[in-house]
Amino acid sequence: MSDVSPPKGSGPLARLEARLAWGLLAPTIAAVALVVILPLLAIFWISIKPVSLSDLRAPEVVIREDIRGDYESVGDEASIRYRLRNSSQDQPIRGVTITDTIPQGLAVFDLDPRCALDGRALFCDFGDWEGGFRETLMIPVMVEQSYLDTNLRPQDTDATVTGRASSVLSNATFTFDNFKRVFDGDEFWSVLWVTLFYTVFGTIGALLFGLFAAMLLNKSFKGQGILRGLYLFPYVSPVIAVAFAWILLFDPFSGSANALLIQMGVTQEAINFFGQRPLALIMVTLFEIWRYFPLSFLFILARMQSIESDMYEAADMDGASPFQQFWYLSVPQLLGILSVLFLLRFIWTFNKFDDIFLLTGGNAGTRTLTVNVYEQAFAVSNIGAGAAVAVVIFGCLLLFSFFFFRFISQEEGL
Amino acid sequence: MKHLRFGYVTAPVLGVMWTFVIALTVAIAMSFATGSAFRPSGLGALIWGAGLGLACLPGPVWKPVAAGIIVTIAALFGFGPIAIGDGVSGFSSLLGAAGTAGFAVLGLWIMLDEVAFGPINRHVFEAAIIKFLTGFGYIFFTAIVLIPFYVMVLTSLKNQAELIQNPLDFSVDLSKGWDLFRSYDELFTQFNFGTYLLNSFIISVLTVFITLLFAVPGAYAVARLRFRGRAAFSRSILLIYMVPMIVLALPIYIAFSMLGLRNSLGGIIMIYPVTTIPVALYMLQGYFRGLPAEIEEAGLMDGLSRLKVIWKITLPLSLPAMASVSLYVFMIAWNEFLLAFMLLDDPSKFTLTRGIASLNSSEIPRQHLMAGSVIATVPIMVLFLGLERFMTKGLTAGSVKG
Repeated sequence: MSDVSPPKGSGPLARLEARLAWGLLAPTIAAVALVVILPLLAIFWISIKPVSLSDLRAPEVVIREDIRGDYESVGDEASIRYRLRNSSQDQPIRGVTITDTIPQGLAVFDLDPRCALDGRALFCDFGDWEGGFRETLMIPVMVEQSYLDTNLRPQDTDATVTGRASSVLSNATFTFDNFKRVFDGDEFWSVLWVTLFYTVFGTIGALLFGLFAAMLLNKSFKGQGILRGLYLFPYVSPVIAVAFAWILLFDPFSGSANALLIQMGVTQEAINFFGQRPLALIMVTLFEIWRYFPLSFLFILARMQSIESDMYEAADMDGASPFQQFWYLSVPQLLGILSVLFLLRFIWTFNKFDDIFLLTGGNAGTRTLTVNVYEQAFAVSNIGAGAAVAVVIFGCLLLFSFFFFRFISQEEGL
Repeated sequence: MKHLRFGYVTAPVLGVMWTFVIALTVAIAMSFATGSAFRPSGLGALIWGAGLGLACLPGPVWKPVAAGIIVTIAALFGFGPIAIGDGVSGFSSLLGAAGTAGFAVLGLWIMLDEVAFGPINRHVFEAAIIKFLTGFGYIFFTAIVLIPFYVMVLTSLKNQAELIQNPLDFSVDLSKGWDLFRSYDELFTQFNFGTYLLNSFIISVLTVFITLLFAVPGAYAVARLRFRGRAAFSRSILLIYMVPMIVLALPIYIAFSMLGLRNSLGGIIMIYPVTTIPVALYMLQGYFRGLPAEIEEAGLMDGLSRLKVIWKITLPLSLPAMASVSLYVFMIAWNEFLLAFMLLDDPSKFTLTRGIASLNSSEIPRQHLMAGSVIATVPIMVLFLGLERFMTKGLTAGSVKG
């Protein structure tokens, strides 16, 4: 018998299959590259640029055109007026030109030296404009009969403007001021501390609450389905709706929670739950726990229901008490899902923006890194600094995902 | 722990804790329902709770019943576990007092079912503790979940003056009839909420369709086809799913500002599906892996092409998974706030969440804000409760993002 060895390399069928696979994945890869990868690269680029919110619009020539003077009868002298300006106060525009059509029946009898007339086509070259430049161009014309007949005004035809302006985003100015700004002072460390507090306690709290709720519902009784649905409410409803409900509930002036606490004699005067340190941070963390315990609860419950009940029966026979059964049987079984959930929730809580933004707007000592991106970019109008914070977040994320793949790959067999 | 394991210690201790929990619950419930002054009394719970605990140890039924009646009367006279303020109507007082005593006795009777008066073993002791924790857990979770929604719905039915006068009074004056829903009416007639509802709905449905269009072939490729880089690919899906939205929102905002795509629903529809495709792909590929490959192979042998196999065999088999994924994607798109908030400024093009955000100003009364919240919450709740089975399955299948 001759030697039989498995084929080496990839055969035509395998290649066909691979080509089909990439074909099927291509739309997804393209879309994700466009909306995820490209913006990520953009963030790195912007973070080393001195960009503010107002720089997002490239400077352009603003033009207004109208006709002045008498233009009621034949022989009247009028002038076409162009009011021009550079929309930016500090950025220059290079090579500004205007092209327009003079309407029928307006005879130009005096022309600005910068302009040239070819038939009815007007062309003007203004050269370079500094920031804040303004100019009014008058073109005197004589009204003829055909103008009165056609009723076509100069402003009815749009003038075409050309001009090159360099945008901060695309030129070669770089700066490290954004990062300096982000890391400068105590602010960065307080933001980092708030983020860590929120993330760690939010994650652990949601896990513990989820575990407790899952144990409650891990038995069949009438109404179990209803309760399970009910306990998922915080997670499925829109964050903006529940966040405002919380704000209203804990309002210092007309909130029910304060009224209740005062009535029960816990406090003498209203507490400003979302407005004072360090209570605001604790409240947003509680909100995070409240909103996301359903998710952990769902996963833990699914895992619990897949544990064989024989094991508990055997333990019962051996005289293990309920707490011992929980500690020595349930907890080891749940450890896998708990650690996966911890890592996932940790990363997602770290990334969370909406909740804190809606509850406190990052005030009263609740500014996390993600809220700081928004604060820097839009409240302080410094897009570059916002991008720098985003880069810091991305760095943390890479670190987390390293751990994530270390542990989760074993847990999920990915 | 050992010295706790006597019926005459366990019963009073549990009695005190349970009675306090019940008194607190009843006080909060009665306050929220009627707006009148109820509060739990620590001292009352301590004294009466211990007594109730002892009375509820297994024995003749008349003992707990009598104890309950005594506690009710004590509460009505002002020294029970629940303190009733002045000026509370007789019916409310009776309801509060009897409710506290009744639920306390009922709970304790169930908890102390097997607890004897003397020494008890570890099993019985821990079973009693677990029953207490279970009861407490049900009350606790139901309360924390329901209260914000209760406040949301009832605030939307009241007016500003009533709210400030007594923030606890959520009683609804039914005699007002349809006038109760005035905030809703105003939102739809003056604040354009009909359009927002429609916008949100269209965007969500389109997002679901586009997501499935991209994710189904992708998920099939990752689940079934062998190609170099498959493992790396399925990992990077997860990685993408961890990039925070705010990091992406900033460059998207800049790009949209420059391209003039801000304030257009088209721009939103371009972005939303991409945020959901990785999740959908991950959930679907998990499901596709679970389908038997033999059926598909049979289809291939019978001369179907791969694409036909997906269309005629895989898709019909995975309808439940498609339902879960669609629901989940719909929920994400419906609830999305950040991008809508950053990219939409024109009130005629708002989505519901953006519309609610615009109601958050001092000039617009609170009940409008809450009515808007209810309008956004109800459709997703109805959808979710109707299809809860798919939802829970879908959520657990996909290690889902929040």
